[in-house]
Amino acid sequence: MEVQTHRGNIVMNTATMAYRNLLKTIHNPDQFMDVIVQPIMFMLMFGYLFGGAISGNVKSYLPTIVPGILIQTMLSAASGSGSQIREDLDSGVFDRFKSLPMAHIAPLAGQLFADILRLVIATITSLTAGYIMGWRPVAGFGWVVVSGLLAIFTGWAISWIFALLGLLAKSASSVQSFSLMIMLTLTFLSNAFIPVSTLSKTMKFIVYMNPITYVITAVRQILATGSWTHEAVLVLIFGIGIVAVFAPLTVWAYNRNN
Amino acid sequence: MNAVNAIEVNHLTKKFGNKTVVDNISFNVKRGEVFGLLGPNGAGKTTTLRMITTLLKIDSGNVSIFGHDAAKEGRLARSMFGLTGQYASVDEDISARENLMIFSRLNGLSRAASKQRTQELLEEFSLVNSADKPLKDFSGGMRRRLDLAVSLITRPALIFLDEPTTGLDPRTRTQMWDTIRRLVEQGSTIVLTTQYLDEADELADRIAVIDHGKLVKIGTPEELKKQIGGTKLNFTIDQVSQRTLAEKLIVNQLGQSVSCTGPNLSTSLSSISQLAPLLETLQHSQISIGNLTVQEPSLDDVFMNLTVGKN
Repeated sequence: MEVQTHRGNIVMNTATMAYRNLLKTIHNPDQFMDVIVQPIMFMLMFGYLFGGAISGNVKSYLPTIVPGILIQTMLSAASGSGSQIREDLDSGVFDRFKSLPMAHIAPLAGQLFADILRLVIATITSLTAGYIMGWRPVAGFGWVVVSGLLAIFTGWAISWIFALLGLLAKSASSVQSFSLMIMLTLTFLSNAFIPVSTLSKTMKFIVYMNPITYVITAVRQILATGSWTHEAVLVLIFGIGIVAVFAPLTVWAYNRNN
Repeated sequence: MNAVNAIEVNHLTKKFGNKTVVDNISFNVKRGEVFGLLGPNGAGKTTTLRMITTLLKIDSGNVSIFGHDAAKEGRLARSMFGLTGQYASVDEDISARENLMIFSRLNGLSRAASKQRTQELLEEFSLVNSADKPLKDFSGGMRRRLDLAVSLITRPALIFLDEPTTGLDPRTRTQMWDTIRRLVEQGSTIVLTTQYLDEADELADRIAVIDHGKLVKIGTPEELKKQIGGTKLNFTIDQVSQRTLAEKLIVNQLGQSVSCTGPNLSTSLSSISQLAPLLETLQHSQISIGNLTVQEPSLDDVFMNLTVGKN
């Protein structure tokens, strides 16, 4: 019997793995519930509860809260990647992936590329919910798309951090609870829901130490001015930096046996 | 590519913390043979297999697969074997066809070739009727069949099966054995782990008995059985007064010791062909006998013998 050897290339392997993850979500559409229900809930609750108190009325609060909830949803969608990867690793099917002669990054990259669909759905839901509540971005539809893309890219970059977390964590549920904590801390200790000018000096310092503040500011500026600002460039570079650092780290963690 | 041995394992060792799980194990697997790793639960079979298949880092020692070092040329080594893990390593959330398609693509087959191979395997493993159903509705046997089918996508010359029939009902188990025999006929080299002695006996050309991480014994099932003595012969004599004579005749003819309790005699035969002449001798001396039984030693005896008292 002839011994045959096969080699796939990394792009093809990643595309196949992304397709596999898409198939999984198509067979289980309830996996989209979190990225659909959560932004709508938060938009309604925060909009109608705090709109009056913070901005005088709901409508004038929307330009503040829509980008805030958009980024919050990105964070929570990104954190889903971590628990997904952990669940996959525990299911035994990853042993098979590891035993195949394919690029080692493909199963992870495939998962993260497939998760872009979640990010896109989350973005559309968040922005649509805002629109229905009366939010009218002054910059026009084109810039709304640009801000959405920036949010999606940021969310995707952050999902590499959560992927690493998923690989290092003991169980999917520990990833989930840890992610929830990070998500709440990062969004509430930022300018997502409140004008920073109302804060004390210490709180201001904390809020400006939080990278999420800059992402939200960048998205707000794009939507308000209809231009590509310094903040947006900064966020983009920062996002690329995250991927450059965390993609290799994640692959290292994946290859590390035991 | 033309190495004589499919696998060479040299001084393989693995420690988890202070515990040595695999302790200096060495063996070779020849091309075309079925090699069984036999041992009780927790003996180190799966750990050994995971190191050979590059899933687990080797602490010391080395493994070569068709002449390629598994640690240094991992990806090349992986391209030469198929692995079926202990727990069905297929995707639960997608269908059988989708599983086969995706794993075909990941193995480097083109889209058209993947489609064709998927159909072939679905037919070969009688999964055509359930090809598009979700795996959640699959029985244990169907899942294992799909799992094995996935391992065979590239028609690997070397196949690893980790406890291929654990948890299957007897009928499905026999079907699995038939499938494995068919692979052997096609010329595949197979390494399987099992805790079932009858399975090793049925399938394996050679068996390595592993216990507490150590290789206790290696050989063909016959060699292992021979080691604990040949075929057992038991019978009773009608007149106890003839016992001494009977003993003497047996010792003379077989050169084996005889143990007696009352009218019961038992001895061992090195070959079954010794039976007829012995009966003739006894009849010639007018010793009449009854309750004759001939007992082949089973691997269970070997297994108990080699691992008893240590667990």
